Amino acid sequence: MAILKVKDVSKRFGGLKALTDVNLSVEENSVHAIIGPNGAGKSTLLNCLVGKLIPDTGSVLFDNQSVLGREPYQINQMGISRVFQTPEIFGELTVMENMLIPIFAMRDGAFRMHAYETIANEKEVVEQAEAMLEEMNMADKRHMHSASLSRGDKRRLEIGMCLSQKPRLLLLDEPTAGMARADTNNTIDLLKQIKDERDITIAIIEHDMHVVFSLAERITVLAQGTPLVEDTPENIRGNPKVREAYLGEAA
Amino acid sequence: MLGLNKKDTSLLIIVAILTLLAPFILNPFPTDSAMAQFNAGYPDLMQRFVIFGIFAIGFNILFGLTGYLSFGHAAFLGVGSYSAVWMFKLLSYNVIPAIALSVVVAGLFSVLIGYVSLRRSGIYFSILTLAFAQMSFALAYSVLSNPKFNLTNGETGLQVYADDPQILQGANAPDLPHLFGLPMRATYTMDVGAWSFDFNAGYYLCAVIMMVVFYLAIRIFRSPFGMMLRAVKSNQQRMNYTGLNSKPYTLAAFVISGMYAGLAGGLMAAMDPLAGAERMQWTASGEVVLMTILGGTGTLIGPVLGAGFIKYFENIFSKINDNVLHSWFAFLPDGLEDAVVFIIHPFIGKGWHLTLGILFMLVVIYLPGGLVEGGQRLLNWIRRKSVGGDDTREGKTEPAE
Repeated sequence: MAILKVKDVSKRFGGLKALTDVNLSVEENSVHAIIGPNGAGKSTLLNCLVGKLIPDTGSVLFDNQSVLGREPYQINQMGISRVFQTPEIFGELTVMENMLIPIFAMRDGAFRMHAYETIANEKEVVEQAEAMLEEMNMADKRHMHSASLSRGDKRRLEIGMCLSQKPRLLLLDEPTAGMARADTNNTIDLLKQIKDERDITIAIIEHDMHVVFSLAERITVLAQGTPLVEDTPENIRGNPKVREAYLGEAA
Repeated sequence: MLGLNKKDTSLLIIVAILTLLAPFILNPFPTDSAMAQFNAGYPDLMQRFVIFGIFAIGFNILFGLTGYLSFGHAAFLGVGSYSAVWMFKLLSYNVIPAIALSVVVAGLFSVLIGYVSLRRSGIYFSILTLAFAQMSFALAYSVLSNPKFNLTNGETGLQVYADDPQILQGANAPDLPHLFGLPMRATYTMDVGAWSFDFNAGYYLCAVIMMVVFYLAIRIFRSPFGMMLRAVKSNQQRMNYTGLNSKPYTLAAFVISGMYAGLAGGLMAAMDPLAGAERMQWTASGEVVLMTILGGTGTLIGPVLGAGFIKYFENIFSKINDNVLHSWFAFLPDGLEDAVVFIIHPFIGKGWHLTLGILFMLVVIYLPGGLVEGGQRLLNWIRRKSVGGDDTREGKTEPAE
């Protein structure tokens, strides 16, 4: 069953057609990669999925409910978590606090005036946060200010924060951009582990072919704002059209 | 104790002891000595210490936690004062309804201003709050003071007149603000040898209220709500993508700090039943920003220290004049004495702002964490000295919360 359905989505910025009639469906519990050269409209598409942009035409359905016109926080509450290209975490807060916030958000909703509670007394939330830190191998860093973490650890933390909300769909925007090879491989291993251990759908936007072919089960190639082809990694690799449009000699 | 951890409990106890013993602590010099003018233990000034402390604690909940810098908080202070005086005029001189109404009205007023101002962040938010505060000042100063509809009594300031209704004022009740018959001006003076200490009813009312609101501030700082406010300051983008709506959080912080300001304004009127428009002017808004930054933004005790620091300078340094200086330096040869007085002259009396400005610069440059950071560095230094070369924890200045 498709958990995310994008139908005939178009978006233009002035004279620039960023997306033209994009159709895409992401199967539940799969890893779906969206690739394409620079300027293909990958980020615009992602922003349409999370409520940052509203497409001019078309519809976006998550679990058969439209996400269009909802604020990012409402879309998150529906079960979509997003990982950013540069890790977006709460830099001035400790690692532990970073992990607590999404869990509180899941428990209490978009706003709650819990001014007379004490964090230390919220045992259940604290336990969940600690378990997730343990899972991310960051338990020993819980008291560090998250701004002082390494790039790879920030990414881990961000992914952990998203997972702590038990999302049904995890969106990753170039999760390994600007990373050293070792960090990239660590991130790939982490994502593989997540895929194996959880009931989760992952949609990933990526430049790095190494990452894409290590993870993806389906690949959509986007070129000039429209999907060129959608297929399995093996077929994409052998597809001459894709080679010509995108992969070039690198493949 | 009271749902606080050990560290916070001891902080609260220290603050309680300091405020309750303030009449002693602030009057260390004998009454007739030359140093007596550095005594700050008189009722008027002590009241101001705690009232502005309340104002700054509230401001810090907005600025220290969410990072939204409001330049219009004096408007809520003024609104609080006007509400309190109206209660005196209409009901009675009892301070309880006056203070209650000032908190409520300031709260409602801050919902309105906050709702509009919080549509923007950063410098635009500051400008919006400043604009609102100046509009409130103009309203209070002239617009709402005309013969047909006189809400604020304009330049003269709002005060209680003999022909005001005061429907609940008992026949024997004091003709001044009082707490169920105990006048706010009631002062018991204790003379011990050359020293004299004033215990003022108004001061103790303010002090008890300050301890209560200080306790509430600690609870807010330690609550999930307080953590969300710090998340607003840290990364709103991540917050929105984590399923949290940052707007109601900031508005709640804004309203809470507005209510603190209203409470401070109500107490000011309770100590002296007069409300003037100048209380709402932008300089008054700027003052609370200075207090918070000087003491330590985002720390619990910082704003109170900052408030005390500024009020002390305002009242003590501004009172030193050339005659006092001459008497201090009388031991110097005449020409030299005049020269020294000439150099110091611009920094005292009306020039106390100059001294304050220099101190403010020094603090901001060398102690970005404010007086609290200074205190921590001092403590660390002493600890290192006493441990004797154990440098393992050296120089770590984490902001105390």
